[in-house]
Amino acid sequence: MIPDFKQTVPIDQIGVEERVARFRTRSIKKESKLFALKLALRMVDLTTLEGMDSPGKVRQLCYKALYPHEIDPEIPQVAAICVYPNHVKLAVETLKGSGIHVASVATSFPSGMGRLESRIDEVKYAVEEGADEIDMVISRWAFLKGDYGYVYDEIAAIKEACGPAHLKVILETGELETYDNVRKASDIAMYAGADFIKTSTGKISPAATMPVTLVMLGAIRDYYIKTGNKVGMKPAGGIRDSKTALHYLVMVKETLGADWLDPDLFRFGASSLANDLLMQIIKQKTGHYQSPDYFSIG
Amino acid sequence: MSEKELTTRQSLRFDELWSYDPAPESPDYVKIKEQYQLFIDGKFQEPESGNYFDSVNPSNEEVLALFAEAGKKDVDKAVAAARKAHNGVWSKMPAKERGKYIYRIARLLQERAREFAIIESMDSGKPIRESRDIDIPQVIAHFFYHAGWADKLKYAFPGVDPKPLGVAGQIIPWNFPLLMAAWKIAPALATGNTVVIKPAETTPLSALKLAELIQDADLPPGVVNIVTGAGETGMEIVRHPDIDKIAFTGSTEVGKIIQKAMAGTDRKYTLELGGKAANIIFDDAPVNQAVEGIVNGIFFNQGHVCCAGSRLLVQEGIADELVQKLKMRMETLIVGDPLDKNTDIGAINSKVQLDRILGFLSESVESDQRIYQTKCDLPEKGYWCRPTLVENVSQSHRIVQEEVFGPVLTIQTFRTPAEAVSLTNNTPYGLSGGVWTDKGSKIFKVGKSIRAGVIWANTFNKFDPTSPFGGYKESGIGREGGIHGLSPYLELS
Repeated sequence: MIPDFKQTVPIDQIGVEERVARFRTRSIKKESKLFALKLALRMVDLTTLEGMDSPGKVRQLCYKALYPHEIDPEIPQVAAICVYPNHVKLAVETLKGSGIHVASVATSFPSGMGRLESRIDEVKYAVEEGADEIDMVISRWAFLKGDYGYVYDEIAAIKEACGPAHLKVILETGELETYDNVRKASDIAMYAGADFIKTSTGKISPAATMPVTLVMLGAIRDYYIKTGNKVGMKPAGGIRDSKTALHYLVMVKETLGADWLDPDLFRFGASSLANDLLMQIIKQKTGHYQSPDYFSIG
Repeated sequence: MSEKELTTRQSLRFDELWSYDPAPESPDYVKIKEQYQLFIDGKFQEPESGNYFDSVNPSNEEVLALFAEAGKKDVDKAVAAARKAHNGVWSKMPAKERGKYIYRIARLLQERAREFAIIESMDSGKPIRESRDIDIPQVIAHFFYHAGWADKLKYAFPGVDPKPLGVAGQIIPWNFPLLMAAWKIAPALATGNTVVIKPAETTPLSALKLAELIQDADLPPGVVNIVTGAGETGMEIVRHPDIDKIAFTGSTEVGKIIQKAMAGTDRKYTLELGGKAANIIFDDAPVNQAVEGIVNGIFFNQGHVCCAGSRLLVQEGIADELVQKLKMRMETLIVGDPLDKNTDIGAINSKVQLDRILGFLSESVESDQRIYQTKCDLPEKGYWCRPTLVENVSQSHRIVQEEVFGPVLTIQTFRTPAEAVSLTNNTPYGLSGGVWTDKGSKIFKVGKSIRAGVIWANTFNKFDPTSPFGGYKESGIGREGGIHGLSPYLELS
């Protein structure tokens, strides 16, 4: 049953932020640290979403996804790469047979300010080109105006256009401002068919934060308790270092449990995080920090 | 889909795949002597009786150190030293100079915060996360706050010339050993009184470490005297004719004994006693954050908190959802080594207290209440109690009426705000309470109807030196903290 989205599930800002502060006090050491670093790397969506993205740049990124640090064969692959629709085909070809997913932002990313028909066409195009994950943006203007029906319908329509591809719904939480809004937008997205909910485009500040992510994880848990369906979570933008990534994983573990400690249900949308994870993994294994120049840029 | 099927399918797995490796604070960092003396007149002195008692680490049952047992003669000496320091030095000193000493204590504590946190966790069993992030920072905040008042008392009480009472006798409990010492010592010193204080017999270590720090701070001899011992030592302080004021924090049972002893004398007293606070969750509450508040309310410091939210009152419509979420959250609580940075719940403070808690629980089993405990593993040695919920209880059950002082939460439901308030107030205690609702007007309406000294709204167990703390009814007399906490140490006529 679809709930009445006008009825907000209230979120207490202070309570959320205090809970996050508790997660940050967890001390992750030794084997549990190495495990988490490798897990975090497997959850990375390596991303390039610039107007200057060229085939050369996309190819570089794909190679980085395939060979994050060839010197150490135990280093796992990342989960996916994320590009604009016009580069999907090239990415699919380059990554063929690797198991690395190709995600594409569509639906007039990042503003969402297009006709619904053209946004749907863009999704269909990306899927036809071979994308198996679509990262859409919601119409924040409609949401902030209180037109929740519009947002629900657009997500449902785009989900349909995705066909077999997984749908990640970007809420752009930096524009929604309040945690109450984040919670409400999360609920709308999940009930409309999202496979993942995602914080940000990376083009608006603030992007992903731990409190925002916790509110969304709470929504995912409530949705799971009510329906039995598992929706994934993707914080994107602003997560640059391993320590922060581990705190995110602590938060996931203690909110949703082991099932969500899996690239199928949790992703990091990030570009520079991968190399910091690599650096920390090597540090855990050898006991020494290496210069950033020992890790290839994507 | 049947309800049972839903619950089975939707249980989350918190204990699998990834667990945190131990991350203990090293006790090598601190130096603990084999034996501690009484701190009287600025010197460490042996007890007249020559008797010593031990204090154990409740997480491994090992003896930490021996402590002197103060008898009548020792208390007499301490009171005489305090009187001499008061009449000769402390009350004559310009107030701003007095303030400087208190600031100095605060700064030294700040510098040695880590050492004090480790000591506190070893002696009391509380997790290092709490002693590091709550107890010790609060201790420091209390000294800083009261240092500021030292030379501003006439602004706190306009139109009167506040004068110190003289010698304060102070008796503190084992749940927040150093913090309770700070709550007592800081306002007494700021108002120009001198102190004879007795820490609890199971947790005297941090107070004796504080004595060393007070020596380092060059506080004039006799201004703070620390005598260790059990109830008998405490009664020597209570009965002492040359003490002007008694400040006691502890059980209501002992509070009543003290009150009887003080009757008919002209000595002042304040009592901070037990509590049985209700945490009221309305159906319009932010449920996920309320679960956190409930957990912090009852499992903070193993539930050894006089203002703990030990009674959960939840509106019927959301009771099932809330309890399910509370149980999920409890599965993520880590019980174990107090020095491990990831420990959420440490050891029960003593064998005596553990037996008392278990006594309540076995009585609950006998009277057909439903007990839920988390599945976590417990260490073999030491005193431990899993986080516990008790359902199927009524207002008449002993576990709902009496203070358990452990990680045990009773759950009752209500239908209307009026019913919630009447259940809340239907207890001999009145120390604290919690209200959870997203509706501001309801917070004020319900909050004003609760007969308790501290009401938290959409949060719980928040402390601040600027805020007065104290109880109604059998929870005590007088207030500590803020301006209200200064007046019991002052002659204001």
